[in-house]
Amino acid sequence: MSATAFKSYRPPVIEPSEEGDELLEVAMGPHHPSTHGVFRMDVALDGERVVKLKPVFGYLHRNHEKIAETASYLAAMPYTDRLDYFCSLTNNWAYALAVEKLAGLEVPERAQYIRVITAELTRIQNHASAIGFLLQEMGASGTPLMYAFREREKILDLFEELTGSRMMCNYMRFGGCRVELPKGWLEKVKTVVDGLPQFIDETEALLTGNEILMARSQGVGVLKPDLAVNAGITGPMLRAAGVNYDIRKVDHYGIYDRFKFRVPLGDHGDIYDRYMIRVLEARESVEILKQALKDVPAGPIMDPKSKIRGFRPKVGEAYGRIEAPKGELGFYLISDGTGNPYRYRVRPPSLINLTVLEDMCLGQNVADVVLIFGSVDIVLGEVDR
Amino acid sequence: MLGEGMLKGLAETAKNFAGSFVSKERMTTVQYPEERIAPIENTRDFPFLVYDGSDAMAGLRCVACQICEKECPPKCIYIVKSTDKKPDFVGKMQIYPTRFDIDISVCMSCQICVEVCPFEAIKMDTEFELSTTDRFGGLLYDREQLSKSNEHYHKIHPTEAAEVDARLAEEKAKAEAKAKAAAEAAAAKAAAAAAAALPKEAPAKEPGA
Amino acid sequence: MKTAEEILAAIKLALPEAGVELVLNPSPSAQHSLRLDPAHAVAVASFLRDDTELALDYCSNATGVDWPSKEVTEKVKVAKVADGVETQVEETVKRVEPGYLEAVYHLFSMKHAHREITGPVVLRMRTVNRTDRVELPSLTPVWRSVEFQEREIFDLFGIVFTGHPDLRRILMWDGFEDHPMRRDYVDPDDYEYEPTPHDEVLKRAEAHKAGVVA
Repeated sequence: MSATAFKSYRPPVIEPSEEGDELLEVAMGPHHPSTHGVFRMDVALDGERVVKLKPVFGYLHRNHEKIAETASYLAAMPYTDRLDYFCSLTNNWAYALAVEKLAGLEVPERAQYIRVITAELTRIQNHASAIGFLLQEMGASGTPLMYAFREREKILDLFEELTGSRMMCNYMRFGGCRVELPKGWLEKVKTVVDGLPQFIDETEALLTGNEILMARSQGVGVLKPDLAVNAGITGPMLRAAGVNYDIRKVDHYGIYDRFKFRVPLGDHGDIYDRYMIRVLEARESVEILKQALKDVPAGPIMDPKSKIRGFRPKVGEAYGRIEAPKGELGFYLISDGTGNPYRYRVRPPSLINLTVLEDMCLGQNVADVVLIFGSVDIVLGEVDR
Repeated sequence: MLGEGMLKGLAETAKNFAGSFVSKERMTTVQYPEERIAPIENTRDFPFLVYDGSDAMAGLRCVACQICEKECPPKCIYIVKSTDKKPDFVGKMQIYPTRFDIDISVCMSCQICVEVCPFEAIKMDTEFELSTTDRFGGLLYDREQLSKSNEHYHKIHPTEAAEVDARLAEEKAKAEAKAKAAAEAAAAKAAAAAAAALPKEAPAKEPGA
Repeated sequence: MKTAEEILAAIKLALPEAGVELVLNPSPSAQHSLRLDPAHAVAVASFLRDDTELALDYCSNATGVDWPSKEVTEKVKVAKVADGVETQVEETVKRVEPGYLEAVYHLFSMKHAHREITGPVVLRMRTVNRTDRVELPSLTPVWRSVEFQEREIFDLFGIVFTGHPDLRRILMWDGFEDHPMRRDYVDPDDYEYEPTPHDEVLKRAEAHKAGVVA
């Protein structure tokens, strides 16, 4: 990959097809049933083809970073639930990981196992919902979505029993987990996990060979691997483009080294590959869960050195990241020795994955823009913070 | 053959459709509000203050230490400490909150106030049908609205309430044992002091006998 | 992955005129950073990306930090002449350390991801001050991933990135003035009803009510 490859990285300008044709500018505006939240795309069309696309967001900007600067480290934890509101437990883990790097805390074994189990359950329910929403945008009127939500309800009931809340879990703490597992929870998880392969099989029987899905998604929204790497794309989008980069394997965080799981890679980088990668990753998560549930050790769930109130890490900074279901979720913290962070930064995977939205949509039909956007799988809470 | 994938998919949908008549697994809709699912025990919605006994203000466990007010992330708790002391449930003189307001339109049910309370005085309720038509102040709960009895706590969170009661009883027993030991030590010291004073008097009495 | 010192040595070897210095990080994470001077930043960044050993082809995070100016009091020994005798007198001197804005970049290598456990390579760049000299070179031509993030730094902190293809506000609306993430940002006075105001919020709510009613 040479330096000259990116001298002219701006997407090529496509001229209108006929003489005297004007471009139609459409705002696929914040009120839209398929934009996964309040998100706007200013699209310039030549007939049906997209000539220019500018994403506009910030409608859900709550300045989470400034809130966390005025609140203490502990008080910022419930706000991380609300970043990617589908996957609150992985957001909590990413923040706890960054603080543990900053303060040098150790996490006991049992807490590590609980973190892995909750993170993989989160990943499965996120991928199932993402596939459901993608199919809904394709016109499947909600059937795959409702089947996915049926499974998701079982997982959310497990979270409610463990943490008290279905989505805003606020469960991880610096040095471990907040509360001990309730009696019988692991058996319930095992029952749900035993039913998951059948659910994924049913979803695949419904969708994978479906000719409409294949016609609409194969060859659409192609992303090449070197552009993906340079544009900082992570998560299923990157692996669908063919780049082998999964932070669980690269950073060896938590105890993922103990579990045998594969990382699926795609060949073409189109929407169909992203759909298949999500299905295959859900299967691999089931494998991880089966292995993790076998030997959860007894023991403490918090580091004895960590404090709940009055937590003051030493001066310094740290960047901690995990493989969230949407990509690389990172937290950058600068501490000045007081109880509040001096600088708190969330590296949002959904925002960075949108960098190449224009590149993928150029030359496609406007109907495909909605699909391409759906295959990026964003959550506005994370894009805008 | 063309359309094979779609036919397989339709078979899947038919299985779900037919199955929804026979199995609860396939038909998961619950006709709320006529039917309700049993709430999960650990669920949390908004906080409430626990009191022991039957009189809310006399048995309130809260001593207005204001730790929950400081740790609350959106700062929805407002406490005013009392200037006098009042006997609490066991009879000890304690400071109490004259005002304890929680704005539940701001509260985000994060449960940090419960986690940091050192006196087991604030716990999470499970009530969520709380809508009101009063826009200004209808969702501002004051001390009387927030106080609920320990029996209510046992009803909504039986395991947790049993643990809390066990912990409080243990602390009480430890405090009593410490008080008893201190009293015994003081009595022993007083007896020793009295015994040390006696022999000086005895020789003075004996020659008189 | 190489340590920060080794990378510093490699940069100095390839680009001897680039001003790069090591900034130590006292926390247990030991993620030290390299401070670049703005004139050679793009050259250093291109070297880091294209070098076959380092291959730092993935810029994961770009963010800004605001360091406001602070007053420092220190004791200084001053020579004073009194009655013809020169004595050393200690005086307390107050001076103002100028503030600056900072842009921080975290780099990883996807090409060499499976070699060993890697920590991020952290780059920093500082502006001259916080008021008028706030330009920094944009690293978007080197790593496309920082395109939206530099727009966000411009929007929330006010650093102007020269060479950025499309520098405009991203999260706040286009007509917005001021930069929200700065330490001295004051919220606009657009109060709604607040049932439980106390401390800071109470003062401002009372000021607002006085302004509205009077």
